[in-house]
Amino acid sequence: MSEQMTAKVDVDLAQPSILSRRNPLRYVLLLAGLAVVVMLPYWIYPPVAMDILCWGLFAISVDLLLGFTGLLSFGHAAFWGGSAYCAGLIATHWGVPFPVAVLGGAVFSMLIAWPIGYLSVRRTGIYFAMVTLAFAQMLYFIANQARDLTGGENGLQGIPRNFFGIEAVETDPFYFYYVGAAMILVGILIAWRVVNSPFGRVLTAVRDNPARARALGYDVERYKITAFIISAGLAGLAGGVFAVSHQFASLQELMWTTSGKVVLVTVLGGIGTLWGGLVGAGVVVTLEDYLASSGFEGIGLITGTIFVLIVLLFRHGIWGTGRNVLRRYVLERRRRPRD
Amino acid sequence: MSEFIQYTLQGLAAGGFYALSALGLAVIFGVLGVVNFSHGACYMLGAVIAAVLLAELQVGFWVALLVVPILMFGFGVLMERLLVRWLLALDPLYNFLLTFGLTLILVEAVKQRYGVSGLPYEVPAGLGGQVSVGSVNLSAYAIFACVFSVAVCLAVGLLLTRTRIGMIVRASTEAPERTRALGINVGRWVTPVFGFGIALAGLAGVLAAPTRAITAEMGSNFIIILFAVVVIGGLGSILGAVVAGLLVGLVEAYGIAYAPTYAQIVIFVLMALVVLVRPSGLFGREEVA
Repeated sequence: MSEQMTAKVDVDLAQPSILSRRNPLRYVLLLAGLAVVVMLPYWIYPPVAMDILCWGLFAISVDLLLGFTGLLSFGHAAFWGGSAYCAGLIATHWGVPFPVAVLGGAVFSMLIAWPIGYLSVRRTGIYFAMVTLAFAQMLYFIANQARDLTGGENGLQGIPRNFFGIEAVETDPFYFYYVGAAMILVGILIAWRVVNSPFGRVLTAVRDNPARARALGYDVERYKITAFIISAGLAGLAGGVFAVSHQFASLQELMWTTSGKVVLVTVLGGIGTLWGGLVGAGVVVTLEDYLASSGFEGIGLITGTIFVLIVLLFRHGIWGTGRNVLRRYVLERRRRPRD
Repeated sequence: MSEFIQYTLQGLAAGGFYALSALGLAVIFGVLGVVNFSHGACYMLGAVIAAVLLAELQVGFWVALLVVPILMFGFGVLMERLLVRWLLALDPLYNFLLTFGLTLILVEAVKQRYGVSGLPYEVPAGLGGQVSVGSVNLSAYAIFACVFSVAVCLAVGLLLTRTRIGMIVRASTEAPERTRALGINVGRWVTPVFGFGIALAGLAGVLAAPTRAITAEMGSNFIIILFAVVVIGGLGSILGAVVAGLLVGLVEAYGIAYAPTYAQIVIFVLMALVVLVRPSGLFGREEVA
């Protein structure tokens, strides 16, 4: 009856995904995407390029839940920020190469996601959003209290960026970007595989009709918890790379505004599109960078207005709208003569 | 023992704010099915308007207590008419996101206009003193705020259960189709109910003005505790909102007294326990999966 939050068209078996084998543009699009990732630090300041990829994976992790499982997590800052701190602490105290530290952070996020997911999936819809938000806030308070470990309001500063003694990567943001980007791409690949696997099909079944999925013998709660943990791991991977890139982890990463911002990025990119997260991140991060460098202080006014406008007028997001147009004018036209 | 009574009274006083605000949240959710993220921002707006009225127009606390809810009612009506209304037919998550965006705008706007340091506000004359019974000390204002909030909650409860308006609103909540079939224009009640809920948030803001720091961010933490309150109480339930509000106030006060480091965490532990044992909340009905 009412329009669902999630874009059902996307995973409808009758509709080919934009990267499905049936799409002749599949390899062109993949190569173009990869080329953009490779060229990005030539076009913009490398740390900003890194931010875009981190936020992109973060948004993809949210979309994995929102678009493909039908759960809006409003507490993903817990996994992004939790991993940022954990990766920072591992890198600082043990001096391991940063990919190992980031991996440790991601594992930590998955560990805290288990109890949070276990409790949160007992509620659905709007309640799920509120419960996850509250648990994330709890983690924020814990991090604020544990000053000895997290540095409290000062944050965790001077996170080292060890990388097997290769100095270019350790000091130059330009070369660091390529190592960070490789890690983010692995995360995106995992998300893509999850969505297009039998497991992903069950998730969409759970999203569209939980009662029926249960009747077919699927343990709905267990699928939701598993998706939640995978999503938290990806958010953790993104948060870890982000912290190492900035060599800094702060309470900001754990705040509810961060959870809100990533949902904004996801909705702007397009819910249920997976790739939209990267586009949304590109827009939001460059916009914030531009506003901050031009001395504009009321960033909240702009992001808030964007939020209100896309929710009111532009619910398919950038990728969703683009895909619909592409489908209508390119793919459909090719098929039409056969009918 | 007297310490314990002291903390209990302080907890009830703080709980009054939560109960009053959660009540507005519950009323709006009940009739519109909207979880209003901007409730904390509206609470902040109520306090800021009270402070501005005092500073610029020398309008005192008692007048503000009456004027601010009326202003906030108007604000709520505008918000519903211009924004919330268009998304009512869609998944409730859209309105959750819309009001989240609105929160960012309101907080940033107040921050830009009035800065980050707190606005001054004084405890109204006659309520500045301390009331001592035996060894229990409590500020007169805290007692007033608590009694006032509970009285408003009771009044709203009576309004909903004992009057014709309340009957219509409850019927519209529980069975909108059937109510419509009985010849009642359900849509007409949506706007005033939303305004009423926002007015309650504004009222809580005015009540909080004399005792809490009035800043743009004062509602940010508040809204998340409110969410915990309504999850504990059960979102659709009016009684649940009030009881859980007082309960959370108590838990917070005991937390501050006996385990200051963990005071804020205790509330969320309580919420986790409720979700674990009774997912639909203390007074909530079972949700349909």
